[in-house]
Amino acid sequence: MTESDVATAAPPALVKLPLDAVHRRLGARMAPFAGYEMPLHYEQGIVAETLHTRRGASLFDVSHMGQAILAGARAARALESLTPADLASLSPERTRYTQLLNERGGILDDLLVTRLPGVEERLLLVVNASRKQADFALIATALPQFDFNPLDRALLALQGPRASSVLGALLPGAEDLPFMGWRAFDFGGAPLFVSRSGYTGEDGFELSLRAEHAEDLARLLLSHEDVAPAGLGARDALRLEAGLPLYGHDLDETTDPVEAGLGWSIGKRRRIEGGFPGFERIRRALERGPARRRVGLEPQTKAPLRDGAELSAHDGEAVGHVTSGGFSPTLQRPIAMGYVASNHANVGATLSAPLRDKRIDVTVAALPFVPHRYFKAPAGKDAR
Amino acid sequence: MTDLRYSKDHEYVALDGDLATLGISDYAQSQLGDIVFIELPEVGKKVAKGKEIAVIESVKAASEVYSPVSGEVVEVNPELGEAPALVNDDPLGRGWLIKVRVSDPGECVSLMDDAAYSSFLKTI
Repeated sequence: MTESDVATAAPPALVKLPLDAVHRRLGARMAPFAGYEMPLHYEQGIVAETLHTRRGASLFDVSHMGQAILAGARAARALESLTPADLASLSPERTRYTQLLNERGGILDDLLVTRLPGVEERLLLVVNASRKQADFALIATALPQFDFNPLDRALLALQGPRASSVLGALLPGAEDLPFMGWRAFDFGGAPLFVSRSGYTGEDGFELSLRAEHAEDLARLLLSHEDVAPAGLGARDALRLEAGLPLYGHDLDETTDPVEAGLGWSIGKRRRIEGGFPGFERIRRALERGPARRRVGLEPQTKAPLRDGAELSAHDGEAVGHVTSGGFSPTLQRPIAMGYVASNHANVGATLSAPLRDKRIDVTVAALPFVPHRYFKAPAGKDAR
Repeated sequence: MTDLRYSKDHEYVALDGDLATLGISDYAQSQLGDIVFIELPEVGKKVAKGKEIAVIESVKAASEVYSPVSGEVVEVNPELGEAPALVNDDPLGRGWLIKVRVSDPGECVSLMDDAAYSSFLKTI
């Protein structure tokens, strides 16, 4: 390759997060992800950051994710033409998980949709960084009659069993938000969107605010003795332990929500009415069961199994593959997820996978590996 | 104490007569992050300079370790099976990987000494 080839082939420059300087001061090791320069881990390392999230509270910078508002009368109904969730029944200040689907029922992205309060119908969308340009183009093109505006806001996640007491001390009332509830707070005169959600399996919050206020919020949270910064490495370990799929690994345009184990997010009304891309495939999968299923996998070895490894049955037949694999800091052993033909996907089934020059046994396991500990409101407190 | 010599792949060799103790540098362990599993060769295996002798699995990824010398494996670190993180905590000490009876001690001459390796790290 000549030098000019290298120059023309060079990838576009990485985008820096609004809190880039904060991460560097905290000793972050930065790595490229979805076009962004992201903190992979800080001085404590991925294992310690993962364990801290399960015991205390961790602050993640997830400002690379896409945020946008879709507004207009019956916007929720209209967004149902692209997603299988029941969005029309979504109450104000409530959040629902769903997927953007292609015509074959394959997943273009997964996202959170929040119905904002107010007379006008407005939906706040949070989508994956790697997909945001495609998502935004799709929505703007498919729903041209609505106002659709990407938001230029930072997004922080405060996750862990101490997150509620830490945030509640700063924003009284935040600790009472229900799981998948949302409220706008005032932070020094700036609107701060608080959603009780996350990607770790723990109780926690996602905090959206204008970039110029994000550093103040991050400093305040990090000054609390229960809070430590955590990077993308811990986030990936936590979501794998929690059995949560990652777009681009466990979900892509060839996987449908039913085989991905996301059938719970398809609204009851939508299963009957349809009206979303790929309805025929998804209805068949719901009726007859999917041909393959996303499952947990436990390698019977100390070496982690990685994304892409082929899975075979005892007779050597190829029955699936690994889509996420790594080491669980919480369980202190390797864990993985992947797709397996339904007739081999029962919990406890033994498969095998190649690992360098050997074959290792892999047991199909229930998800999640680490139980979810989402917030449950005390009886009677959550009116909705 | 014997002098350490380093390869450009960040392995080190501590040579004592014809017995070489091999491991990875402090820089290498810091790049890998938390080490969770190490696959070591069996005692008696012949190793050739530049060939893979071990695989280190961190939380993030698997990384190959290449032998900076040729010879025969005479010992593997027995502690690493239960405590792979020793390579993070003490890479030049208790976190050594294997001992090799080298066939050509002269191979070490081409490796970098401390000062040369420090300079090399500044170029990365």
